[in-house]
Amino acid sequence: MSSNAVPALGRREFTRWFWRQLTSMRTALLLLLLLAIAAVPGSLYPQRGVDARAVETYFLDHPKLAPVLDNLGMFAVYSSPWFSAVYLLLMVSLIGCILPRSFVYLRAARARPPKAPRNFARLPASASFETDASPDAVVTAARRALGRSRTDVVDRDGIWEVSAEKGFLREAGNLLFHVSIVVVLIGVAVGTLFGYRGSVIVTDGGGQFANSLPQYDEFSSGTLFDTGDLPPFAFTLDKVTARFQPFNTPQAGAPREFRARGTYAARPGDADKPFDITVNHPLSIGSTSVYLLGQGYAPVFKITDAQGNVVFNDAVPFLPADPTYTSNGIIKVPDAEPEQLGFQGFFLPTAVTQGDKELSVSLHPAAANPLVGLNVWHGDLGLDDGQSQSVFILDKSKMQQYMDGDAAFRLSLQPGMSADLPDGGTIEFTDIRQFARFQIGSSPLVKVPLFGIVAGLIGLMVSLTIKPRRTWIRARRDGSRTVVDVAVLDRVPRDDLPADLDDFLERFKDALVETEEKTAT
Amino acid sequence: MTLENYAQISNYAVASATGILALAFVAYVAQWGFARNVAPDRELVNAGPADGPDAGSVPVERSNMAGGIGLSLTTLSAIVLLVGVATRGAAAERVPWGNMYEFGCAATLAALTAYLILVRVWEIDWVGPIITGFGTVVLGASAMVFVPAGPLVPALHSYWLVIHVFGAIISGSAFLVGAAASVLYLVKSRAERTTPEDQRVGFLWRIPSSAKIDQVAYRVHAFAFPIWTFAALIAGPIWAQYAWGRYWGWDPKEVWAFITWVVYAGYLHARATAGWKGKAAAILALVGFATFVFNFVGVNLWVGGMHSYAK
Repeated sequence: MSSNAVPALGRREFTRWFWRQLTSMRTALLLLLLLAIAAVPGSLYPQRGVDARAVETYFLDHPKLAPVLDNLGMFAVYSSPWFSAVYLLLMVSLIGCILPRSFVYLRAARARPPKAPRNFARLPASASFETDASPDAVVTAARRALGRSRTDVVDRDGIWEVSAEKGFLREAGNLLFHVSIVVVLIGVAVGTLFGYRGSVIVTDGGGQFANSLPQYDEFSSGTLFDTGDLPPFAFTLDKVTARFQPFNTPQAGAPREFRARGTYAARPGDADKPFDITVNHPLSIGSTSVYLLGQGYAPVFKITDAQGNVVFNDAVPFLPADPTYTSNGIIKVPDAEPEQLGFQGFFLPTAVTQGDKELSVSLHPAAANPLVGLNVWHGDLGLDDGQSQSVFILDKSKMQQYMDGDAAFRLSLQPGMSADLPDGGTIEFTDIRQFARFQIGSSPLVKVPLFGIVAGLIGLMVSLTIKPRRTWIRARRDGSRTVVDVAVLDRVPRDDLPADLDDFLERFKDALVETEEKTAT
Repeated sequence: MTLENYAQISNYAVASATGILALAFVAYVAQWGFARNVAPDRELVNAGPADGPDAGSVPVERSNMAGGIGLSLTTLSAIVLLVGVATRGAAAERVPWGNMYEFGCAATLAALTAYLILVRVWEIDWVGPIITGFGTVVLGASAMVFVPAGPLVPALHSYWLVIHVFGAIISGSAFLVGAAASVLYLVKSRAERTTPEDQRVGFLWRIPSSAKIDQVAYRVHAFAFPIWTFAALIAGPIWAQYAWGRYWGWDPKEVWAFITWVVYAGYLHARATAGWKGKAAAILALVGFATFVFNFVGVNLWVGGMHSYAK
């Protein structure tokens, strides 16, 4: 081993060095900026937690690029290792900053103001004046002018020194702000761990929902949530109202009102209570809230198979795909004989034909001229292999499409119309109902991050407005006069110090005059 | 008056305000242009205003007059725009910040108001060209996303629209003033470093020192940041909890509001960090404003998400 090598840092020194680097302001600043940059991709690529369907679409549109991006975590940025790494480091840096500063602050909060420096002229703002008042009167006036500052007075052989400090709350606000951020993050974490959220589509005219896992279309919950703990409420949806800006008016078709009405029971056996949910007014049942997130049309179909048996008679939600509520939907008829049937098609609330060859389009989201267009498949729906299937996707791998010559066989139905199916059955479009998409969820301790951020805001405003100010006054007798020197120092540099000093001198001299008058009488 | 009348008045008023503001911009540019060869006032050194070699000279008089015209036109534009925004609210029978066009108008009005107040308090008319220029662009761009006055989509039927968006408007207007001051800080501090004493001519030397400008920028940001915190991280999440059942969901608008918040938090820290004070901090302030503008323009028009009714 060469003797002139720089001695390696011991583990302890290294840890200490690393800790100091991590908790330095410069590192915190870089981590903050890194956090801002790391958050960007999550707004540019679809996120699984926000819109899982958009992610699937992205995979279809970019089959080569998408898997690469997926490996980088671009579709789940905010739970990706690299994003987590940045904010966890920031948290550690934050705590490493808060703890020592809190101790320093606790000590400073009890400390006396520092002694007056020898040379006032070296401070950023200082002044002197002479007065006939005695040094005693000067000290009394100084105390009065300093108001609620923490003040010490010493007498050094006839030279009186006043040291004062105020603005301790600034650092308190600063610490409160940074502690609040930790509280907010803990609150968010707890809410996520113990919370749950799911969405479900219910059709009106008596559609029912009971709060248990199998009833949900989508469901996610925190790792510490037990799905057996879902509160046992149930509701029946009577009526979905959707109003749109009428045709031939400005903003025609813009949504104006969404409303879902029905009855609910908080517990099995409870009396039914009515509910009325609109977009900004969820229904609260205990800790759980039910939100109206969307709605759409659910045409009712009655299907008989070739044997003449009614094998399907139900409302089918069609998911809106654009602002005119052009909607897509699937009908699966597993009970049809001799073969299972599958329908895939669209629903147009206000259909307008564009000539014989062109497909009709929807002009307005209100159901003024409803039309359903369906293609038909026959074969095996693939429901028996045990895999759960989305009700919105038709697995065509074991099915054949009915054809009409070279073109696909297509049905066009309006309410009340029925049509014959190629296998001998019939389909009837009997009615239109509406569906509502509810989000049901609970995030416990939701108030913790709220109170945290509010406290943080208060701390922030305190730390941005309060000036930590030190003031020193020295009074000494010079013949029959008293010479008074004043100096001020802010612990945060500001350019308004001289003006503040002038203000203080004015108050000081006023106080001096008053003190004089009092002693004179 | 009918609602159509109000809507008509609003459209004319906003168009007029845009034109007047453009003229104010021209006047402010002229204020700088006329003084391009003028040495700074010696008023502070010499006793009387008439003593200086340039005080009262033709270029200085012209420059001062152009500045006065600029300020008057800005005031007039703000008043006309106030009429436009108020009648827009009357026509739609709600607060006039329910879509992108209205937000552009209301935010410009707020920015002009902030500017006019601060001209009185801190005499910051030196940011006039930037404020009026940017305001003209915002009003002009708003006209491109014009929609007729009308009621709102159900998602916006909430008093949180009043609070949340108003907070964004106030902080946004202060961010604009802060960004304008930061630009001039960067220009002036560079000039102070590179321009020799005897070559210091032009309007740049008639405005306060870079330290003073930095102070203005800091104060404006220190005012705006807590309001932005309230609008984006308190009012927004509360509303989102009521409307969407989650207080934070990384919707693109939320992401960019968060990014803006983080960058401005970085700015406040940078001012207290060695090596970051001054230039780097000012650049951070500009980056923060850029993220704010991107959130308003880019996210609305190209990214989408649950805030897409803001179009």
